[in-house]
Amino acid sequence: MTDTPKPAEANQPKEAVEAATTDPATDEAKEAGVAEPAPDPDAVPITIDGRSFSARKGELVIAAVERAGTYIPRFCWHERMSSVGMCRMCLVEVDSGRGPQITVSCMVTVAPDMKVDTASDTTKRMQEGVLEMLLANHPLDCPVCDKGGECPLQDQAYSHGPGESRFVEEKRHFEKPIPISALVNLDRERCILCDRCTRFADEVAGDPLIHFIQRGNETQVMTFPGEPFSSYFSGNTVQICPVGALTAEPYRFKARPWDLTQIESTCTTCSVGCRTLVQASRDELLRYQGVDVDAVNWGWLCDRGRFNFEAVGSPDRLAEPLVRGEGGLDATSWNTAMEAATQLFDDALDAGGGDGVAVLGGARGSNESAYAWAQLAAALGVTHRDAQLGDGLPAAVVDLPRATIDEAAAAATVVLVGPDLKEELPVLYLRLRHAATNNTTKLVELAVADTGLTRHAWRSVRVESGDVAAVTAALSAVDVAEQLGTGPVVVVAGRSNLAESESSAAAMIRAVLDAAPGAKVLPALRRGNVVGALQLGLRPVAEGDQDGLGILAAAAAGRIDLLVLLGVDPIADCPDTDLARRALAGARRVIAIDTFLTDSSSQADVVLAAAAYAEQGGTTTNLEGRVTTLGQKVTPAGTSRPDWMIAAELADRLGLEDLAAELASLEAITDAIAANVPAYAGATRAALAAGADVLAVATGDGGAFGADRPAASERNRYDYRLVVSRRLYDRAVGTAKSPSLAPLVGDVAATIHPLDLDGLGIAAGSDVTLSGPRGSVVMPIAADAAVPRGSVRIPFNAGSSVNDIVDGSAPVHDVHIERLSS
Amino acid sequence: MSVGTPIAHAAGFIAGDRPEIVTARFQYEDAYTLERFLATEGYEGLRAALAKTPQQIHDDVKSATVLGRGGAGFPAGVKWGLTPQGVWPRYLVVNGDESEPGTYKDRLLMELDPHQLIEGCLIACYAAGLSQCFLYVRGEMALAQERIAVALNEAYAAGYVGKNILGTDFSVDIVLQWGAGAYVVGEETALIESLEGNRGMPRLKPPFFPAAIGLYGKPTIVNNVETLCNLPWLARKGPAAYTAIGTETSPGTRMVAVSGHVRRPGVFEIVNGTTTFRDLIYGDEFSQGIRDGSELKAFVPGGGSAPWFLPDQLDLPFEGKLVGAAGSMLGSGAIMVMDDQTDIPYAALTLARFYAHESCGKCTPCREGGTWLARILERVIDGHGAPEDLDLLLEVGESICPGAFPHAASERLGLEAVPFPYKMTTICFVGPSAYAPIHSALTLFRDEFEAKIRPRTRIPVVAAAVAGGGS
Repeated sequence: MTDTPKPAEANQPKEAVEAATTDPATDEAKEAGVAEPAPDPDAVPITIDGRSFSARKGELVIAAVERAGTYIPRFCWHERMSSVGMCRMCLVEVDSGRGPQITVSCMVTVAPDMKVDTASDTTKRMQEGVLEMLLANHPLDCPVCDKGGECPLQDQAYSHGPGESRFVEEKRHFEKPIPISALVNLDRERCILCDRCTRFADEVAGDPLIHFIQRGNETQVMTFPGEPFSSYFSGNTVQICPVGALTAEPYRFKARPWDLTQIESTCTTCSVGCRTLVQASRDELLRYQGVDVDAVNWGWLCDRGRFNFEAVGSPDRLAEPLVRGEGGLDATSWNTAMEAATQLFDDALDAGGGDGVAVLGGARGSNESAYAWAQLAAALGVTHRDAQLGDGLPAAVVDLPRATIDEAAAAATVVLVGPDLKEELPVLYLRLRHAATNNTTKLVELAVADTGLTRHAWRSVRVESGDVAAVTAALSAVDVAEQLGTGPVVVVAGRSNLAESESSAAAMIRAVLDAAPGAKVLPALRRGNVVGALQLGLRPVAEGDQDGLGILAAAAAGRIDLLVLLGVDPIADCPDTDLARRALAGARRVIAIDTFLTDSSSQADVVLAAAAYAEQGGTTTNLEGRVTTLGQKVTPAGTSRPDWMIAAELADRLGLEDLAAELASLEAITDAIAANVPAYAGATRAALAAGADVLAVATGDGGAFGADRPAASERNRYDYRLVVSRRLYDRAVGTAKSPSLAPLVGDVAATIHPLDLDGLGIAAGSDVTLSGPRGSVVMPIAADAAVPRGSVRIPFNAGSSVNDIVDGSAPVHDVHIERLSS
Repeated sequence: MSVGTPIAHAAGFIAGDRPEIVTARFQYEDAYTLERFLATEGYEGLRAALAKTPQQIHDDVKSATVLGRGGAGFPAGVKWGLTPQGVWPRYLVVNGDESEPGTYKDRLLMELDPHQLIEGCLIACYAAGLSQCFLYVRGEMALAQERIAVALNEAYAAGYVGKNILGTDFSVDIVLQWGAGAYVVGEETALIESLEGNRGMPRLKPPFFPAAIGLYGKPTIVNNVETLCNLPWLARKGPAAYTAIGTETSPGTRMVAVSGHVRRPGVFEIVNGTTTFRDLIYGDEFSQGIRDGSELKAFVPGGGSAPWFLPDQLDLPFEGKLVGAAGSMLGSGAIMVMDDQTDIPYAALTLARFYAHESCGKCTPCREGGTWLARILERVIDGHGAPEDLDLLLEVGESICPGAFPHAASERLGLEAVPFPYKMTTICFVGPSAYAPIHSALTLFRDEFEAKIRPRTRIPVVAAAVAGGGS
């Protein structure tokens, strides 16, 4: 189906009427006189406004009627949340054999031979009455309201309202918008108390931080005293608000809906791959809205993904290429820069062949960019290439039998071994939380500390990093082993601790797979297109090829003549900061392709300005292997270019005419991927344009994954096992360069269990020294009961220097904590 | 005929020479103690019940047609039978959140004879197969809470409540819980929400009724205090003795509160179905007529949310079906009497304001409509009304209750009665209750509203030609 893209909140009655058509298959069958198929056991025959319709068993009247092509107005009902029947807008008359009864169509499911009347005089009278009452205290400040123009209240007042109001009393007054979080404002005068935001916060996000207070005519939505609505998902409440009561700070007063143009795209902030609508006005990105995709995000987005559009338009963006001259990096023309880059390639290839060149990164870009760079590297004999920097899992994880998000949500058991999904893959957290709270799936969690899913888990076991035996023990407990045998098992496998080596993390996952043979894997890797980049060749392939850490180590040892940084900042992104610094110093030449001048790219010899998200089209691959399109909505900043275009030009300049021809255009590369990469055979432009489910899953040998088990180390009982884990808001450019998100990073502290803090005799908030084999760092300490005893947790890339003492190749790190002597 | 006896320690209760099913112990000052209770056939009903099978007791209650005394008048025995089989646990919730304006019968039953209520709960749990009982008492009723708490402790200590009651294998726990002061919690689903610790907001009853999915998502029977208080007597004397009192459709007795402009307001236990409103308002043993020799103007037959009656309806018996056909309801059994000195629009406003104030805010027509109605009426009473405001009141009301709204017949106005029930766009009855007094007042006494609207002098606007040059 090629529906015009529309936000998940499509409340406009006109659209709905247009979009919904009667099932053409049935009509055709009737016309052709084809013998009727066997009766569907789930079919429920009902009559809607005199026309018969086949509803589905368990379907709500409002949904069945909408499927039949008639729109019943509504405010509180949302198909992804439970019905509450509060707004009373969807009242219709239903005759179930006892005469027409006033019925709340969002609460009642269809029953055989039900007669629904959506247009009776009583129905119309009720709809007009409810709308008049909803508008009675509504301020009607539509001309200055963000929602005006796309407002369900406005639209339905026109389509189903009485036309004028008889309310002449003074309206209810509240203080005009009050901030309920750093990102969301609440205007209680506009609020119609539909319970959507409060229900979302409670049911969907699991952050019940807003609720009704007062009662009757004074009822209002409010936060608890002194507690902001600081949910990672708060932006969704703005999107589902049927009026302009909730407005997003980053979008407020920026545009009117009719000024916006939009394109459907996929968010690449993390690897979940939520479908979005990218909206812009006058070539400036202004808003992302979630699109309801059954298989992935159900319309939801996390706040980081929703609001990091600000970084794309940041004034700090690299607008032109830079080449290092006498006095540092100088802006120059693309011709000069590409000449310089070509020269660096030629020099390096002449000096040491392909072995002296390495390509790091590519997880940020499109499939097309990854493919173009992988092909360029292959053509030049460059085998040292990796989209990861020792911050994920061994690349063979994408060769394991893969699960989809739907399969995980429908599995009998989901084993979580990896990060806190609420922090790293927030919308996957929502999907699994939904599965767990609706009792469809049992979660078995093996985590280094309490996570967002801990309270929804059937079993949650604390496992110290590196303790493979503990994983095996936890899963061989009688009840757990029994549960694993009850049905399909999906393992959500990721990296819980960046102070643990990749191979140690992989060994833990392997132990889970050994305990649950036949389980499918959903790789919980963080970066947007990391799965696509790995599957399209930005990974070590043959024995002896260096992975990310290996490349950095080789560079540090002076064995790399040319290091290409494809949208990566090793100093910030690699867990081993010291190694990254030494690598950048040790590589003879560095070319960086980046959107910002980062700690790493500022050390490069040539910096090529790259086009950012929404400035280029193409395709992307999410953690399931689902291939979806990226939309270009705005022109690239300055003269910046997509990564694939840079690869194509380099190929041309390096004399690789055939490759340059293959990479001639974005469409040509998409076609080449479909033609040349077996897993992507279904990812044709036609299939993608038609919105087909395209799953690209590499068929490799995952057998070697996690096979090498590092020696389990004993922890000295005076030491703490170091856990460095990601939080949603960190210092990555996407957040750091988004003014609305940057302040949310928060303070950094080393957190330990309150009892451990008591035992140390150190006051919370005081500075401590953490010492390990690599040296020591100083930071404040705080208590957090989520951290188990014996561990210390520090957020990654959030402003601390903890990664200075992390050795990327050491299986685990134990640190000593001491009060900082004054 | 006896004139009835006010009882000093039971303020408001007036005993009479009538059958007493639930108020027999009110004559004793220490009726609330276990000692007195046991001395007056206390817990004998429980013993009698335990001697039979639960099904037998259930059948007794069904055949006795014990109607719910909370307002809707649904037969208790039928309600008990609506729980799905084989779903455990299942609960009994006692609705002691009596808040309907004019109603104060349950308070007396809880204050004066708490053990009778506890005994009733136990019999209900035994008959309907319920394992746990929650006694929800209105927040403001401090004495009732205290006496029930003491009585529960006594009953637990004496082995009437708890594990293996009276040595049988029947066990029930009773938990006392008090409200936080919201009228709407008298509605059974809002009460369940409140019990669960949520805001007291009603749930939508279709698709699920509490009997199927109630407290904590389990089958739940919600019964009124007075309903349960009938059970010990019924269990002792049997259904035949019960149905011998009252009429076939409304057997037994009923607690009725009469308030307003009568000589002797009070609560009476009356024979169900036969006593007329004239008896209750004018009878010597009841309220003894209108105060100060005034005339009756109108009365509310069944609590503040019921449509009003006129003197035309005085001879109707206090019987649910007949009152319903005449355009009102018996509700919680509270008669409010208005004499000819009453400012009818103001009386309507007083009631409407109450319901607007008590709206929980969940559904739009009640939240917005109730307050809107009250504000229009306030304006009219303050002398700022316009003639069209009166029709507006009815039109706003129609957004809450579409279609014809019940009202009484009036010979004076040549009006036919519109029978109960009404249709409504709200979740529960609080919204329509704000409209009911306004609708009755406006339908039956429109002239009094019109008198409040001062004629306005309109300054005629005359189109005058604008002269070209000016003079």
